[in-house]
Amino acid sequence: MEVKGEIYRVAGPVVTITGIKPKMYDVVKVGHEGLMGEVIRIVGDKATVQVYEDTSGIKPGEPVVNTGMSLSVELGPGLLESIYDGIQRPLKVLQEQMGDFIQRGVTANGLDRDRKWDFKPTVSGGDSVKGGDVIGVVQETTNIEHKIMVPPTVSGTVNEIKKGKFTVDETVCVLSDGTELQMMQKWSVREPRPVSKKLMPTKPLITGQRILDGLFPVAKGGTAAIPGPFGSGKTVTQQQLAKWSDTDIVVYIGCGERGNEMADVLNEFPELEDPKTGRPLMERTVLIANTSNMPVAAREASVYTGITIAEYYRDMGYDVSLMADSTSRWAESMREISSRLEEMPGEEGYPAYLSARLSEFYERAGAVHSLAGFDGSITVIGAVSPPGGDFSEPVTQNTLRIVKVFWALDAKLSQRRHFPSINWLSSYSLYTNGLADWFTENVAPDWIYIRDNAMDLLQQESELQEIVQLVGSDALPEDQQLTLEITRMIREYFLQQNAFHPVDTFCPFDKQYKLLKAISKYGEMANAALESGVPMSDIMSVESKDDLAKVKFEEDFEPALNVVLTKMDEEFAKLGGK
Amino acid sequence: MTKEYKTITEVSGPLIFLEKTEPVGFGELVNINLPDGTTKRGQVLDTSAETVVVQVFEGTGGLNSESGVVFTGETIKLSVSKDMLGRILSGAGEPLDGGPRIVPDDRIDVNGASMNPYSRMPPEDFIQTGISTIDGTNTLVRGQKLPIFSGAGLPHNEIALQIARQAKVLGSDEPFAVVFAAMGITNEEAQYFMQDFEKTGALERAVVFLNLADDPAVERLITPRMALTAAEYLAYEHDMHVLVIMTDITNYCEALRQMGAAREEVPGRRGYPGYMYTDLASLYERAGVIKGKKGSVTQFSILTMPGDDITHPIPDLSGYITEGQIVVSRELHRKGIYPPINVLPSLSRLMNSGIGEGKTRDDHKAVSDQMYAMYAEGRDMRGLVAIVGKDALSERDQKILEFADLFEDRFVRQGRDENRHIVDDTLRIAWEILSELPETQLTRIDNKFIDVYHPAHKAKSE
Repeated sequence: MEVKGEIYRVAGPVVTITGIKPKMYDVVKVGHEGLMGEVIRIVGDKATVQVYEDTSGIKPGEPVVNTGMSLSVELGPGLLESIYDGIQRPLKVLQEQMGDFIQRGVTANGLDRDRKWDFKPTVSGGDSVKGGDVIGVVQETTNIEHKIMVPPTVSGTVNEIKKGKFTVDETVCVLSDGTELQMMQKWSVREPRPVSKKLMPTKPLITGQRILDGLFPVAKGGTAAIPGPFGSGKTVTQQQLAKWSDTDIVVYIGCGERGNEMADVLNEFPELEDPKTGRPLMERTVLIANTSNMPVAAREASVYTGITIAEYYRDMGYDVSLMADSTSRWAESMREISSRLEEMPGEEGYPAYLSARLSEFYERAGAVHSLAGFDGSITVIGAVSPPGGDFSEPVTQNTLRIVKVFWALDAKLSQRRHFPSINWLSSYSLYTNGLADWFTENVAPDWIYIRDNAMDLLQQESELQEIVQLVGSDALPEDQQLTLEITRMIREYFLQQNAFHPVDTFCPFDKQYKLLKAISKYGEMANAALESGVPMSDIMSVESKDDLAKVKFEEDFEPALNVVLTKMDEEFAKLGGK
Repeated sequence: MTKEYKTITEVSGPLIFLEKTEPVGFGELVNINLPDGTTKRGQVLDTSAETVVVQVFEGTGGLNSESGVVFTGETIKLSVSKDMLGRILSGAGEPLDGGPRIVPDDRIDVNGASMNPYSRMPPEDFIQTGISTIDGTNTLVRGQKLPIFSGAGLPHNEIALQIARQAKVLGSDEPFAVVFAAMGITNEEAQYFMQDFEKTGALERAVVFLNLADDPAVERLITPRMALTAAEYLAYEHDMHVLVIMTDITNYCEALRQMGAAREEVPGRRGYPGYMYTDLASLYERAGVIKGKKGSVTQFSILTMPGDDITHPIPDLSGYITEGQIVVSRELHRKGIYPPINVLPSLSRLMNSGIGEGKTRDDHKAVSDQMYAMYAEGRDMRGLVAIVGKDALSERDQKILEFADLFEDRFVRQGRDENRHIVDDTLRIAWEILSELPETQLTRIDNKFIDVYHPAHKAKSE
């Protein structure tokens, strides 16, 4: 039964209602047009609602209906390949219903009610099931088998189980107590889905980006932040991660960002191939697009919508990566709503609960043992857009306290077209040690040594550069000049990576290893030659050194590299020395 | 007959407070009849069963509690028609040129609705502006929003006008229009724009909205929305490619701050309201191309950075929304270089989709990246030379230092009416100056491009 109340006051997206007694976070329908909103404060007989749509023309006195439900998402087959707004309305359906511009008052189901899925049961009558258990499977896309799970709060004995083609809201299983289960379940977005146990992350997320995998790896189930001023390449990095990460599922949240950028993603993803499976990337992707000019309250919700979908796939035992671009816009939406509520502001006008909300969100990442006993993970990578590129602002600082990996984007690097413009001195990863065993086993025993050595040289370079700034590089001793040359090679040949180059955009780990090893080989041979008295100018004019610059662009990397390495051996042999 | 209320209880800055009204819609347009017979207009900011808050566009001067308030029952709308082309309107959409009122084909809510990202076409049509630093290194494409970040006393208006005159899509004769929105600029500046429009005949295909420095600040918040509504109408109903020039975004943000303060809102950074990002986004995001429609809206706004500070909230928030920025540099201006565009902090995010084979030329991106890298290094070198002298530099470094000078002198500098063709001029000049560098330094350019386009190789093969 629906209870009706009425609108008392309208001030932008914040509406005060009276006459009904909703619970906190209940979803209400506001006004004659039934705009969707969420209760965020209750004072006496009045309640404050944040409305997810434009409130122009809405008057006091219009009716309000409480749905009695909190903001939930629909979970079931059909999520993949979907493009949603912040409150899980499919953008495609919205376009069909109201054209190219988003009008208000339109509801649309997150999952298509007409599409039939081929349900194959995996339990039989008499089996007892508990929350999280799999009762059947559906082939959602070519490579993703969607496991239909018992909702976490339900358990019992299977009385009846069906087989065949069904829509998401048709009953496929009946438990002995009469509970009917459908392929679709609903889950409140602000509540984390339960797991049986959280695990320590032990495997790296392979992204194909040399500076990320090589120097600052993130673990599957870990958390990373990419802060950077505008124009430093946050979005390109996020999109590269969404494209090339070796996870089963990708959830990409465009939160308060540019419409044209989202259009680009929407256009490009269906055409790109997943390097692992050769299928279109879209088949493993869920996109959530709430651009900067879409309602601010829906922007606030978009992050929760995304992570809940991610948790759902994690519960099936998949590795999920979630990209949120940008968490600053999300924080700003909290600030905007908080200020409309006339709450006491914290730092820089952000609400005092900013830190709590950020940590709650990042804590929903992790490698887990699901209720049904599968191992799954969610890796969360959040972009941060600090005002003026100043990392001391509240969102960056509160994020850094939580995340384990920090990829610091640097406007200076992007200005000189060093991409990805991640600063190798200020970035860090706390997973480096935890993942060391994996790297030694799966990449090469000497990988850790080569990497640490490169990092060490880069550190030395920054000190040497200070001297060079004062006296010029010619004044340095020869061995230090050589160090500068080697670090230049590391920077230009290894760290720089062209996201728009068909070959260089994705670099397998094996290639990363060989490339860095080749640079390190030149370093060793050059140092040895220098010690044995070969003049610096001869070492610098080794041609194979310059040839190394372009091997990363070669389609046939290995043969090209071997040619260069053989040439390098020959050239150094000719140089001789004592 | 709409009811007139005489229940004003408070007038504070641009706001009036009323009591005991019938239910009033949020955002409704309001007419206020003053005792002296004049009428002002306003908009509902906050509405409840007891109190209604109205912001008055033309200022509250002359208002008193005797004034009558009429709620129109509709939100702010602009009368649009194709006849708007060639007209000069006030910041609130009223004719200023002595001509008749626009006979509306339609009346459209000026706030606009947000474009469904699913309906957007990723912008990819190269627009040639004839300015090398834009075409060559920070390419503008149709449907992009690319502002000029400038400072007081710099020639941003000249640059904007040069672009308005020269901008075109190569090999296309599609209908083209300019919508010009002046927000709080001086009469003199407005005259400068108008004269240029008249002289070049651009006025015939332009719609001009003028909110000058002495017009009410509140009206300034409506002006860009009026302009964008007109632009969207021309683009999506009449298949025109519309270039919207908005100047000056800084004045708009000042008006926003002023209104925020009048409403006693909790201020954000430097006193600007916390929702400034969302508010600016509701302007900038109205650029774009829609699948299946012929027209497009491209934005080229001017923003003067207070104190040349790019981290100031106005340029900062803009930079996070717009698809890049063209930064005008005081240093280059002092050197006498026009247009004084500093390419290093400038950026066009959509450049990659607008250039390359079939659009400009296959080597475009590589050439641009190479020039960026070398120019950045060359500028650093200048700092070093100031300390150690030129002779202390290695031969390679000296070449790069010279490149930076060449770049500014030949690539950046050009005439106020010089309309450079992308391939025949801009890329040719680029290769000419790059060929002054040792070939081994061109690490960002594929050998196959060097073979084809490098002047030395080109000469050999010919």
